[in-house]
Amino acid sequence: MELFTNQVLAGISTGAIYACLALALVMIYQAIDHLNFAQGEMAMFSTFISWQLMQWGVPYWWAFVLTIAFSFAAGIAIERALFKPLTKAPILTQVAGFIALYSIINSTAGLIWDFTIKQYPTPFGSSPFLGSQLISTHQAGMIGVTLLMLVGLYFFFQFTRIGLAMRAAAALPESARLVGINTSWMIALGWGMAASIGAVAGILIAPVVFLEPNMMLGTLVYGFAAAVLGGLTSPLGAVVGGFLVGVFENLAGTYIPGVGNELKLPIALALIVTVLVFKPAGLFGRAIVKRV
Amino acid sequence: MSAAAEDVVTEAPAVEAVPKRAMTLGTTTSLVILAVLLVTPLFVKNFIIFQMTMVLIYGLAVLALNILTGGSGQFSLGQSAFYALGAYTSAVLMEHANMNYALTLPVAGLVSFAAGYLFGKPALRLSGVYLALATFALATAMPQFLKLHFLEHWTGGVQGLVVTKPDAPFGLPIGQDMWLYYFTLAITLAIYVGSVNLLRSRSGRALMAIRDNEIAASAMGVNVAQYKTLAFGVSAGITGIAGGLGAIAVQFVAPDGYTIVLAISLFLGMVVGGVGWLPGSFVGAAFIIFVPNIAESISKGLSGAVFGVLLFIVIFLVPHGARQVAIIAQQMIGKLRK
Repeated sequence: MELFTNQVLAGISTGAIYACLALALVMIYQAIDHLNFAQGEMAMFSTFISWQLMQWGVPYWWAFVLTIAFSFAAGIAIERALFKPLTKAPILTQVAGFIALYSIINSTAGLIWDFTIKQYPTPFGSSPFLGSQLISTHQAGMIGVTLLMLVGLYFFFQFTRIGLAMRAAAALPESARLVGINTSWMIALGWGMAASIGAVAGILIAPVVFLEPNMMLGTLVYGFAAAVLGGLTSPLGAVVGGFLVGVFENLAGTYIPGVGNELKLPIALALIVTVLVFKPAGLFGRAIVKRV
Repeated sequence: MSAAAEDVVTEAPAVEAVPKRAMTLGTTTSLVILAVLLVTPLFVKNFIIFQMTMVLIYGLAVLALNILTGGSGQFSLGQSAFYALGAYTSAVLMEHANMNYALTLPVAGLVSFAAGYLFGKPALRLSGVYLALATFALATAMPQFLKLHFLEHWTGGVQGLVVTKPDAPFGLPIGQDMWLYYFTLAITLAIYVGSVNLLRSRSGRALMAIRDNEIAASAMGVNVAQYKTLAFGVSAGITGIAGGLGAIAVQFVAPDGYTIVLAISLFLGMVVGGVGWLPGSFVGAAFIIFVPNIAESISKGLSGAVFGVLLFIVIFLVPHGARQVAIIAQQMIGKLRK
């Protein structure tokens, strides 16, 4: 039983990261109907920025804040420079754009910081949390920061004018334009926020998976699984999906024989395909009707 | 346009429509290119012959993706998985069952066809980004499948397998590399001609109808589900044969040779060559083989960045890839003649 509780709690803490990444994916998906294949790489790059800042002697939390600001600006810049001109292009071209971005960021990070694995510090320490053996302080910190961020986002979208404008731009762009919302900039803002959320996810997971240019590949696939499970059209779904996928991953790794660390990605694949086949709208998403 | 508006979406086309006639080259041009391909190896070094072989092999893999994308409008970021499957099938059959290398290729093709067909079944329900997502996950998961412990006896686990390079048969007085080149060329030619005819046939027209408007195609009586899975299967099958050839040519298979990077390269090759233009597949293949060589010689790890930047340039400047370049060149030559 203790093993079970332990695994569930560990699952929740990694699930928090998947939830962040899934949320970032869903934010961009809602704005432009596309999945950002480079989301994981953007998060990885942000994490490297924060690591570099710390190497230069910046304290952890300052590096944290600076990185988020940088990621926000970078997200907006990428949207303005590269993806805004592609708005009307066929899906294939847009997917090619995301793949190109993925490739550029991954390779650039490797060029700047090389491909060796680096340690990444945690501000929470790794001692047992509140004297319990079940969960470490870093895992508790991951859950805490994620929840804090989610509550902040909820208030932003529910109770601020700009949050309302962003929701309007995503839901009904034409009507939103008619009431004077600059929908094009709302999309850019969505990119900036998604990049910042991704940066938080990267910084939190880095002490667990270690810092290297390919660190986010597995996490990204799980983020996709989480977003698909929750429904690509629902931010709440993405968060719930993230936690569920995290727990599922850990329980499957513990209790299904033959599934260890080495089968983690195939499990995510199976999960994605299963959800897409049996419930393509996910748990919380709305079904889409196509017009001829 | 009323209350239900928010749930109704007119989907943007996944791929721009390419007319059937624009998919291939004229007869004269084809024959000239074939003659060049036949004669060149007699005058160049072994290493260049090897690279030309690899261009043909990757060309086949890109061609397979092109049939899937340019033909039926579905796209896949998971071609590396089928390539790996074909490569491992050939390698395992050659090394453990002592099968003749040429005989392993149909088996590799069949195994990959079956895998592609089965994967195409659930993927049927998916279109556009969802399909890209599922195949992306497939490509990232494949190396882990290949490293599985209980398969280690066959696959060699992380170490992979070493494959012996075949000699020229019937005592022909040519080197291994040259023999392999002509062997690959023959297979490539057969598959290329087959693909062209496939796209020109009734099935090809059905695929293109699905690409341009799925619902309209099904209203015209096209069995959408069957053709889409078949396109997936055929594409995977050809990729598998390319994988098998690739294993024989590089004499080695290992899980880390078939990562998402390979899938991205093949996808890039298709975009650079021009989606839906079959000869472009080989232009794209040459691109993905030679560009990394040049980039890596400048700095290690640079090839990804170069790939990405070039991909953006292609998207922005020549969205139809090499096909567009070929058309522009043709027009310029036409002007010069006047």
